[in-house]
Amino acid sequence: MTYICVKFNQEKMEILVCISKTPETTAKIAFTDGGKNFDTQGVQFIMNPYDEWYALVRAIELKEQLGGKVTVINVGDAASDIVIRKALAIGADEAVRVDVNPQSAIYTAKQIAEYVKSNSFDAVFLGKETIDYNGAEVGAMVSEYLDLPYFSFASNIETDGLKSRITRDVEGGVEISEVEGRFVLSAAKGLAEQRIPNMKGIMMAKRKPLNVIPAVGEDDSLEIISYDLPEGKSGVKMIDPENMDELVRLLHEESKVI
Amino acid sequence: MSVLVYAESPKGKFKKTSLEVVYYGHLAAKAMNTDCIALVLGSTSDAAVLGKYGASKVIHVTDDSLDNFDAQTHSTAITKVAENVGANLVVFGFTANGKALTGRVGVKMNASILSGVSSVPNLENGFVLRKSVFSGKANAHYNLKKENKVISLMGNSFQIEELGSSAEVETMTLDLPTAKTVVKELKTVEGTVPLPEAELVVSAGRGMKGPENWGIIEELARTLGATTACSRPVADTGWRPHHEHVGQTGVAIRPNLYIAAGISGAIQHLAGVNKSKVIVVINKDPEAPFFKAADYGICADLFDVVPRLNEALKKFKQNN
Repeated sequence: MTYICVKFNQEKMEILVCISKTPETTAKIAFTDGGKNFDTQGVQFIMNPYDEWYALVRAIELKEQLGGKVTVINVGDAASDIVIRKALAIGADEAVRVDVNPQSAIYTAKQIAEYVKSNSFDAVFLGKETIDYNGAEVGAMVSEYLDLPYFSFASNIETDGLKSRITRDVEGGVEISEVEGRFVLSAAKGLAEQRIPNMKGIMMAKRKPLNVIPAVGEDDSLEIISYDLPEGKSGVKMIDPENMDELVRLLHEESKVI
Repeated sequence: MSVLVYAESPKGKFKKTSLEVVYYGHLAAKAMNTDCIALVLGSTSDAAVLGKYGASKVIHVTDDSLDNFDAQTHSTAITKVAENVGANLVVFGFTANGKALTGRVGVKMNASILSGVSSVPNLENGFVLRKSVFSGKANAHYNLKKENKVISLMGNSFQIEELGSSAEVETMTLDLPTAKTVVKELKTVEGTVPLPEAELVVSAGRGMKGPENWGIIEELARTLGATTACSRPVADTGWRPHHEHVGQTGVAIRPNLYIAAGISGAIQHLAGVNKSKVIVVINKDPEAPFFKAADYGICADLFDVVPRLNEALKKFKQNN
């Protein structure tokens, strides 16, 4: 019996990967309406790199190793479809989009958790944070809604589909843990190597299912009042390369950091 | 109503970020006209010391099972204590474990949740907090609308001050669920300050020409008592270990002093270091974009400048 059970779990792993749409890394950040809204004009959007490079690719690798299925989920409006198609081109099997523009991480997490509750998955993967709001929150929230163990900032995972050994990045090192059964994981650098979609993948992605479903609940916990830009540097002070005593003096007396 | 702060104590010791969180809790409590209560989980030698940084009371949950990190068990313990003391603001550090807990405790408490904040709550028009967004390229001001709030504090946002003396410590045991995860090993580097917590950082990039030349960078770091870091290409080619990579896809840091040698300053690198208080850039290319983001610049060959800076610092250290 035990053998059958283990074998069954080794045979497949169904993973849900949460992907987010973010401005690309070099995008110029500006605001409209006196700092009320983010100015999306001229901004290119991409799949959040931590979701794409690490969470999605590692999930696909595990599917290739153990069998199973990779589903991607996005909480966003139709503008997200382009990054969803890219995830399908990289190797996800199917996609779902919850059709709402979320204002808070907890509302996003709620949508993902509701979807997991009505569709069984062995694991939920997502990037360690998005590069726009940098909150690193959704994974913890999803795991709480689902009452599952959570491994944040994972840089390695080995699993047979039943028992998993996960390495998390912590300050100044790593923590290695083991877990049996279902879990939520957020992906840090090192979990996988980036994959570039090939032409076959791009063609196949067009035929893969992308289901659009409505959102549930109210998004009422947070509101952004305004944005502003941080004060820029007042200008660089160039120091004579022959006179490092002067730099040390300035660091001590002027900026008081040593 | 009160403010509850979770003071992490990995291996039984408080980190600098834990003390920052307590001090911040004190500032927030003052703004809210209430008390700051600090919470310690698992074995710790000296919980009372948190009083010095602004805790009016320390609650110490002593269960041994809390010595190993498990997000489910820890978040359950913290939520129980928050209910117990009637906390409506819970504060974490924006650390690896803080990030695993903030969302969980927030969901349990049906709270408004905000991570990586860098200001004391402004209560004039709701409960408004600032946080850095778009990888340091902007700030956003959020109103937290729910009655309960769970937040985490961006490291090095406030200069800690010692305020009082030891606090009264109340020990407590809780009925906690058994952890589903088993921590096998916690491997951390001893002797150096981890990058996310470092106040002084010396970093180098492709301008070093090869891993064999890193001696001058390590020496400079040693003289300063700084932590070493590197740019992405250097980590990707294996010249330096990955954990040293600072930037958008590596570690984001906010030290008091960041010295960058032989790094051109690509926008992705700046995204990880632009919160440094003072930036010194050493580069022989006068067109290097990093100079625009620097406070002090030296346009010269780093192989001449770095050893000279090291000598100047040694002289300074002897006289101060």
